[in-house]
Amino acid sequence: MIMELKVAEKSGAEILVQTLLDLGVDTVFGYPGGAVLPIYDALYDHPKIKHILVRHEQAATHAAEGYARSTGKPGVVLVTSGPGATNAVTGITDALMDSIPMVVITGQVATNLIGSDAFQEADTVGITRHCTKHNYLVKQPSDLAGVLTEAFHIATQGRPGPVVVDIPKNVQVAEAEFRSHNGKINPRYQPQIDGDFKAINEAAEMIMQAKAPILYTGGGIINSGPNASETLCQLAELTGAPVTSTLMGLGAFPASSEQWLGMLGMHGTFEANMAMNRADLVVCLGARFDDRITGRIDAFSPNSKKIHVDIDRSSVNKTIRVDLPVIGDVGRVMEQLLAVLKGRKFNAPDYEEWWARIKGWRATNCLAYPESKTEIMPQEAIRKLWEATHERSPIITTEVGQHQMWAAQHFDFEKPNKWLTSGGLGTMGYGLPAAIGAQLGDPDALVIDIAGEASIQMNIQELGTASQYRLPVKIFILNNEYMGMVRQWQELTYESRYSNSYSDSLPDFIKLAESYGWTGILIEDPSDLETGIKKMIETDGPVLVDCRVAKLANCFPMIPSGAAHTDMLLTPEDVKGTMDDNAKALV
Amino acid sequence: MHIKEEKVERHVLAVLVDNEAGILARIAGMFTARGYNIESLTVADISADHAISRITIATNGPPHVIEQIIAQLDRLVPVHSVRDLTEAGPHVQRELALVKVSGKGENRIEAMRLADVYRARVVDATTESFVFEITGAPDKIQTFVGLMREVGLVEVGRTGVVAIGRGPDVA
Ligand SMILES: Cc1ncc(C[n+]2csc(CCOP(=O)(O)OP(=O)(O)O)c2C)c(N)n1
Ligand SMILES: [Mg+2]
Repeated sequence: MIMELKVAEKSGAEILVQTLLDLGVDTVFGYPGGAVLPIYDALYDHPKIKHILVRHEQAATHAAEGYARSTGKPGVVLVTSGPGATNAVTGITDALMDSIPMVVITGQVATNLIGSDAFQEADTVGITRHCTKHNYLVKQPSDLAGVLTEAFHIATQGRPGPVVVDIPKNVQVAEAEFRSHNGKINPRYQPQIDGDFKAINEAAEMIMQAKAPILYTGGGIINSGPNASETLCQLAELTGAPVTSTLMGLGAFPASSEQWLGMLGMHGTFEANMAMNRADLVVCLGARFDDRITGRIDAFSPNSKKIHVDIDRSSVNKTIRVDLPVIGDVGRVMEQLLAVLKGRKFNAPDYEEWWARIKGWRATNCLAYPESKTEIMPQEAIRKLWEATHERSPIITTEVGQHQMWAAQHFDFEKPNKWLTSGGLGTMGYGLPAAIGAQLGDPDALVIDIAGEASIQMNIQELGTASQYRLPVKIFILNNEYMGMVRQWQELTYESRYSNSYSDSLPDFIKLAESYGWTGILIEDPSDLETGIKKMIETDGPVLVDCRVAKLANCFPMIPSGAAHTDMLLTPEDVKGTMDDNAKALV
Repeated sequence: MHIKEEKVERHVLAVLVDNEAGILARIAGMFTARGYNIESLTVADISADHAISRITIATNGPPHVIEQIIAQLDRLVPVHSVRDLTEAGPHVQRELALVKVSGKGENRIEAMRLADVYRARVVDATTESFVFEITGAPDKIQTFVGLMREVGLVEVGRTGVVAIGRGPDVA
């Protein structure tokens, strides 16, 4: 007699939940609806997976991003078909632009209804094809475990990104034999991790020849994991080179280091941009020469040799031609580079002249801002926030606008995964849900969303999510009564014609917060700034601070779009004349 | 303000992909999303187990754009390999066209004569029409179709180019 090993059949929904458990998922951000009811029913029996009920699907995706950025683990989202999926698109695109690992499970109408314009049908796979790293439509429950396992692999390996798995309702209900994949990976996606040995040697050679090198770092270092940040510190120490970073990479290198130049690019520091311009070697580590960084392409770092370390080959030579590409995981490549440099007995040469020039640029004190006794300067508010909280190593999220840039300039980070901001897409409404996700990933952390009064309204409904899950998130609104960044551009480009950039009819933020069970604090006077911040930190539970700041302050330094690094505007006095159409055409 | 155009080169790419639902949309969509050009695109499954398809794409763009096209294709998960046949060296390019001409008298005789010169085969004929089948490099097809326009062309269908490298090496 032959014994047949019978494998138990499970429903698609059960297989999905079981596979999530196998993959180590413990938190899912979601919102129910008709096309995911079978999955919600399966979750009912699995308290090990904590489901966070948001108030809008966009917030589920940003919360998943916040969770992913602060923990390094993939964020998981569950939404229904049609409007659930389309609402998630902004956050999925945000995750693609900023390389955040995320798996989004969407419900879909039953396979026999697909294409019939059924109720709540949307072509989710079509809509998300260009805003995902990869996506799937699963047509058989027996494919689910394999697809999900591959989805997590793709989301997290190589350059991370969002993956959508669209599951028709009948596939959730139908049954199939279930064999656990136990996180086994599919070999069809295998990004290169180690850098090519020859290229590493060449890179070492170039570093050893340089007289004025600079390390230009980006979000890739954060994505590579905390070890990469440590390796970066070692590389900086060994080379003695100055370090600058993109918006996405802040925190990978400690801001307290003597070698730190601050952020570069459009609102970067004078010293960082000048050093990039005058360097003879740029070592780009996990950054991608984004247009906010380069300014005018033909004037970008004109006299340097360039090494570009990136895990994504398509980032190489996309906007800036480089002399030496090194494809691989930036953390791993830096380790390889360190080993070669040490092997050759290389040790921080005397870049005396280089550092002397950098000191000269630093002396402009480009982040200085006008003082005021009557108004709270927004930059001052950020400095004071930093002073009051930095010892607790807080997680800072932001919305998008001037407040975001001021936070990047004036809040100093010492460690990675503490700075969560929407860089590539620049999504207003990111900060609050991201803070919620970060707080769930790190319940004991102090998590603060530095917000603008306009942006915060884009996902204000999430106050309820924080209340429901007792998350002690803090929101610090720099309320200038303007879409300040838009107003600033209108001031500089359109002769102060402030078309639709005034934040009219604002809510009473304090009452609004209180109605959701939050504590609200109003700060209006410069003399109340410190006590207000202290009260925010010391108050248990979620707190919203409405901090009224100078209405017409501008964010400087600034490189106007399409200008060279050397054409930086340091103060309002540097702004002369009006822009021509070519400049106006740039974003 | 005016928008500048750059000088372009024509390249033929051979792309091996998983033969799965949506793959064509993924490839074609990547071209439109990033503003690249497709001159022609052909696809057919080529492996014994039907798992792999070969897509031949004729595209054009400035050299740095061609480089990006290859990198962007390579980055798609179902893409196994991308080869720039134009860059790789000598290769054979072939295309097939079906060309219908109609008319009587002198034009009809001239069409027949030209078809003969271009080694096009007659695959259908009536007293007032021919359908020619012609294969060859794209510029040969181009010329033939151009000539047929003058002698009564009414319809034409082209497959788009397929290409393969010369010699024993495999792309
Ligand atoms: C979803 C979205 N819509 C529009 C914009 C364009 N935008 C960039 S900054 C900004 C104003 C933000 O105002 P606020 O939140 O008050 O910040 P502030 O600049 O005043 O600090 C706008 C409208 C955007 N980035 N995101
Ligand atoms: Mg504002």
